[in-house]
Amino acid sequence: MSDDDFLVNIENLRFDYGDRPVLRGIDMRIPRGRVVAIMGGSGCGKTTLLRLISGQLRPTAGTVRVAGEAISEMSHARLYAFRRRMGMLFQFGALFTDLSVFDNVAFPLREHTDLPEDMIRDLTLMKLQAVGLRGARDLMPSTLSGGMARRVALARAIALDPALIMYDEPFTGLDPISLGVIGQLIRQLNDALGATSIMVTHDVQESLRMVDYIYFISEGRVVAEGRPEDVRDSADPFVHQFVAAKADGPVSYHFPAPDMAAEFLGAAHV
Amino acid sequence: MSRVLDMLRFLGGQVIDRVWRLGRASCFFLAVLMKSGAALLRFSLLFREIWFAGVLSLLIILVSGLFVGLVLGLQGYEILQRYGSAQALGTMVALSLLRELGPVVAALLFASRAGSAITAEIGLMKATEQLKAMDMMAVDPVARVVAPRFWGGVISMPILAMLFSTMGILGGWLIGVVFLGVDDGAFWSSMRASVDFRHDVWNGVFKSVIFGVAVSLIAVFEGYYSEPTAEGVSRAITRTVVTSALVILALDFVLTSFMFKGMS
Repeated sequence: MSDDDFLVNIENLRFDYGDRPVLRGIDMRIPRGRVVAIMGGSGCGKTTLLRLISGQLRPTAGTVRVAGEAISEMSHARLYAFRRRMGMLFQFGALFTDLSVFDNVAFPLREHTDLPEDMIRDLTLMKLQAVGLRGARDLMPSTLSGGMARRVALARAIALDPALIMYDEPFTGLDPISLGVIGQLIRQLNDALGATSIMVTHDVQESLRMVDYIYFISEGRVVAEGRPEDVRDSADPFVHQFVAAKADGPVSYHFPAPDMAAEFLGAAHV
Repeated sequence: MSRVLDMLRFLGGQVIDRVWRLGRASCFFLAVLMKSGAALLRFSLLFREIWFAGVLSLLIILVSGLFVGLVLGLQGYEILQRYGSAQALGTMVALSLLRELGPVVAALLFASRAGSAITAEIGLMKATEQLKAMDMMAVDPVARVVAPRFWGGVISMPILAMLFSTMGILGGWLIGVVFLGVDDGAFWSSMRASVDFRHDVWNGVFKSVIFGVAVSLIAVFEGYYSEPTAEGVSRAITRTVVTSALVILALDFVLTSFMFKGMS
């Protein structure tokens, strides 16, 4: 595949929060039209990576290129032009609490287009129909369940038919039915829109079912990657620990602590 | 020795922190002004904020204004009567309200009613990632969320202050004329003779515009830069009310010393 086949190119990406390195040199390529999962334990820098790709943060070193252009070198106006072609689903939806479901989904259309109100209505209802919530148009976000709120947020994220959709932990805190629904929607919407999707998640089973490619991140580095079928049979100790949900392995169960004998028996020895 | 050093370090840190916040607030003020185009042109956005900041503050402003006027009437009558000049009650009530109490008390009430609400709303929008989501949709939160709230406050404040003074004067009249028997004609004519439109009315309105800018800026700034947690938002709301009160009173002293210097 040539470079043109990849929508997102990440080279030697580093990012520090103050003195604490979060990402220590990530290389990643996201092919067009695919759904790619970025997996890893909580706090391994997955969400930071997503925010670097969308230009919310600037890297300490290295580059993120989207459609060939370096995100961190763009002007504010250029970045906003790019973001009109990006959709992002936040972990808890981030719906505007003062607007109804309908107005939430219509928000990007109203802000970025001069379409007449009846056309905005039709487009909004089509997006809501796509996530199965056309009937919930008049509800306020505070009355929605977690799964419904995320579907509304998804409808809002795709309101402008984005070329790149990013998902931050789309499965967290959902019951099995809602979880399956969201998984299916991500797949269907990606294929129907001809978009490219990047999903940050730690839900192994759902991801293995629906994505095209998986990157594993640990301690700020890509430690493994592959297609779902390769990942399932992987002999890599980290991947095996993650997929089989083992408590201990390359990722230690214990947070670094002083020696146990010294800690518990120390007083007795004095 | 090290204790003294620690104390000095703490003091220095506090001073630097304050100066730094002031600088950041100034930059933020400029950014809000520069991104105000949409807020001022899209009337639906502005009207919503004038409704929340202004119209919803009406009740507390009107009722407080009435009570302040009632008290002014009582106290003023009691003092003026000692000198046999109770008919000057109209002058006293009107001048104290138009010059000082109207703009200052209305601004203090506005800060605790509308300023705190603005900080809370923006702070919670930040804590629930709504501002970030907006930014990701290529909609600038400063232009879309902050600027309309800022201008809604700036526009509402002088109107509220004028209504406060009006209610206060009515309250003074009610006590003085209706209950204590000051002559109705003397009450109004002494007021008309001594209140100067430019010096008293206009200066009062000007003060309340300045207070409106200050309180609205503090409210949106504290909300926008609040720590995105429940505790952080509550601290930001407290800071809005406390800082606003201090800034209003300090600015009032500065403005008064410029406006009424050498008048008498």
